[in-house]
Amino acid sequence: MGANDLNTIGQSVRRKEDYRFLIGAGQYTDDVNPPHHTHGYFLRSPHAHAKIRKIDASKAKAAPGVVGIYTGADLTGVNGLPCGWLITGTDGQPMKEPPHPVLAQGKVRYVGDGIALVIAETPDQAKDAAELIDVDYEVLPAVVNPVDALKSGAPQIHDGAPGNKCYTWALGDKAAVDAAFAKAAHVTKLDIVNNRLIPNAIEPRAAVASYSRADDGYTLYVTSQNPHVERLLMTAFVLGLPETKVRVIAPDVGGGFGSKIYLYPEETAMVWASKRVNRPIKWTAERSESFLSDAHGRDHVTHAELALDKDGKFLAMRVHTTAAMGAYLSTFASCIPTILYATLLAGQYTTPAIYCEVTAVFTNTAPVDAYRGAGRPEATYVVERLVHAAAAEMGIAQDEIRRRNFIRKFPYQTPVALLYDTGGYDACLDEAMKMADVRGFAARKAEAAKRGKLRGLGYSSYIEACGIAPSNIAGALGARAGLYEVGEVRVNPTGGVTVFTGSHSHGQGHETTFSQVVASRLGIPIENVEIVHGDTGRIPFGMGTYGSRSLAVGGTAIIKALDKVVAKGKKIAAHLLEAAEADIEFKDGKFSVAGTDRSKAFGEVALAAYVPHNYPLDKLEPGLDETAFYDPTNFTFPAGTHICEVEVDPETGVVQIVDFSACDDFGNIINPMIVEGQVHGGLAQGIGQALLECCVYDQETGQLLTGSYMDYAMPRAAHLPSFKVATKVTPCTHNPLGAKGCGEAGAIGAPAALMNAVHDALSSAGVKYIDMPATPHRVWNAIQAAKH
Amino acid sequence: MSVALSLTVNGKAERAEIDPRTLLVEFIRNDLGLTGTHVGCDTGQCGACTVLIDGNAVKACTILAVQAEAAKVTTIEGLASNGEMHPMQAAFKECHGLQCGFCTPGMVMSAIDLVQRHPNADEKTIRAELEGNLCRCTGYQNIVKAVAQAAAAMRR
Repeated sequence: MGANDLNTIGQSVRRKEDYRFLIGAGQYTDDVNPPHHTHGYFLRSPHAHAKIRKIDASKAKAAPGVVGIYTGADLTGVNGLPCGWLITGTDGQPMKEPPHPVLAQGKVRYVGDGIALVIAETPDQAKDAAELIDVDYEVLPAVVNPVDALKSGAPQIHDGAPGNKCYTWALGDKAAVDAAFAKAAHVTKLDIVNNRLIPNAIEPRAAVASYSRADDGYTLYVTSQNPHVERLLMTAFVLGLPETKVRVIAPDVGGGFGSKIYLYPEETAMVWASKRVNRPIKWTAERSESFLSDAHGRDHVTHAELALDKDGKFLAMRVHTTAAMGAYLSTFASCIPTILYATLLAGQYTTPAIYCEVTAVFTNTAPVDAYRGAGRPEATYVVERLVHAAAAEMGIAQDEIRRRNFIRKFPYQTPVALLYDTGGYDACLDEAMKMADVRGFAARKAEAAKRGKLRGLGYSSYIEACGIAPSNIAGALGARAGLYEVGEVRVNPTGGVTVFTGSHSHGQGHETTFSQVVASRLGIPIENVEIVHGDTGRIPFGMGTYGSRSLAVGGTAIIKALDKVVAKGKKIAAHLLEAAEADIEFKDGKFSVAGTDRSKAFGEVALAAYVPHNYPLDKLEPGLDETAFYDPTNFTFPAGTHICEVEVDPETGVVQIVDFSACDDFGNIINPMIVEGQVHGGLAQGIGQALLECCVYDQETGQLLTGSYMDYAMPRAAHLPSFKVATKVTPCTHNPLGAKGCGEAGAIGAPAALMNAVHDALSSAGVKYIDMPATPHRVWNAIQAAKH
Repeated sequence: MSVALSLTVNGKAERAEIDPRTLLVEFIRNDLGLTGTHVGCDTGQCGACTVLIDGNAVKACTILAVQAEAAKVTTIEGLASNGEMHPMQAAFKECHGLQCGFCTPGMVMSAIDLVQRHPNADEKTIRAELEGNLCRCTGYQNIVKAVAQAAAAMRR
């Protein structure tokens, strides 16, 4: 194998991590069994809203196998869970941050709210004992819909949040928008519900907490996307422990999609209790607990308006959104419907004036936070539904109205705070139209009509802000943390390389992609690179994985550390080759003196660094181990066009996806196979939202009606088509990899493409508007209603 | 109270005294320490716990361990031989049919059963037959591809 063969950038290298997963050797949190461990079980509220008059755990404490039972009253000195993003309202006041107790303090606010941690020798004993806890509730009226929660007379959920309002926040120039609407030739208006979703990673949340008397320290195995953040929030803000005394390990994690970013009450209570019982405690959520207590996503109610001139040029956009926060503020809840939503309302278009107002509301439901896409799918849905409706109303072709408004000059400053560095929106639209055979659509529609079926075509030209995030910009917008990433490259004496990354892989394939980056840069075989993630005991620091940031931010941190390794290697090589440092070049795994055939292999330089017999010890430390923190200078802006073709059976209301074509621009791509896989998965979740999934709470009682896989419709293999996917490349201009991120695109683009196709299909049946998910029941009802 | 259980798991005879209410998946994971078989839902919907019992795919969370008395059980750990993966495992790797890996063991076991029953399964059949297994990562496309590729390899 020649040195050039070691450059695998752009190749679909098969994944390094797959072997262990395929032979059943993955190590997930529930596979961790410390000696002598106990089992935790959480007693949860059966009521959506109730005062707790009294908790009597005396019978439960005497039950067989019980090791300890703790309620909110026992957690003295334990603070509530913090929110990581401060939103300042239009009134200049900070958002309302009512306490988010680890276990209920006097009141429960959603079905599933934790009341007691029961610890016993076996899971069954813990569960049996929990049933013996007598809780005296005074049941209160509940409110689950965010719009209802704002009405006068609505049940009040928190004393510290009058009217259930968390904040009203706004972005954009209202006066300019009002002026543009006043002179518009056409105004399109829509009322949109963005349906609440339940993330449903197939691995349920789990934790194993241990305490050691030897060093008064704790070890927590937990299903987390960001173990360092988990540790920081838990120790500094909630438990008052030194960070040095808590090690958080997120081993193999079975999917996250946002739901495993947050600091949850369960693992926090378990860490606290592990010292009290002085034994390890293990808890794994049952699926019903996941439905009740994982942070949910979306749940927006929006009124949106688009002003256009007579030629279909966008003049202004006006959006008002009511966003549910659920019963408590989850870790990043407040920034999702604001910073990650309103800023994306320019989409791919030159709309000169945009104004968005968001009211965030507490409801008697599980907390709402980031779920794949997080704010950006909601924004794309608003923009692309408006564009589709405007084009249909004005008789302009769907591709044409987009072309008339595309941004083509970069960098581009939007009216909603973002600076797009680069993009090529026509290329993705053109390619997607070819893939979808748009030219042949009219014939296919006519053929379907002969069979009594309705065909529709829907476009979604989405944009997302990824590579989260420049810390200074995020800080100015209210972030209470930095959003850089950390990479350490440790070259071992024999030339193998261990990379410690603050990013976390829970399906994304970092062990392969990052290895490709490192091996290609150092000119060594990919097998010689080991990627370590998910352990605060081994990795210097890290902000974790979300917002499609791992390669753009985490990968760049590794690149920066590699640069330092190469720079030091040049110094060592200069000494070994008796040449000037400035004359040393590093290429294909060799340090050479420019213009000569004299060189030292990477492995030789590594060995010299660790066996420094012939080494410039007076000028240089031994060893070859470098760390870099990388803070991005801008967001990245992946974008693309998705086109969906559906066929609706008006007799049954069934929507069949005939074709789904996606052309995306993710910047430079390291491993196309992995990128395609990410797109497929995102599309499935986006289609799930549009066709199948919907979290439903009973309006009166606040009971979760979709609390199992029998009631909450997850996409299964037969629901989905084979997707056609392609990419176009405009490299990101501000990171050395030129990468933008690909993890969320599918979930962002797909819902609007699919729903626009459904609206197109149903237009001939007279249906003007239908909300997600477009279930047969809803579609059929809409068709019937349009007949009358 | 405990009952005696005797069965074969991955070719090895196992005997144990167990609580009669022990589910097969609990016995496999907790008593035998074979943690490759996963629990994703406890309601028989997700299929992450699928194993082969006498060659047929069974969701191990829907059956008591004692119901597998005298049976031959194969888990994901029992598929590879001498370090060489089963064609289904190899195809999942080759086709990128897994991401987080959590549903994968159950998906692979179901897929083996599927191919045994439908050696020439087309895409439609594969998608229909995977009805009992949930994957949240892949969108199924590469799983379908992997099953088709493995079916071809298993026919040879």
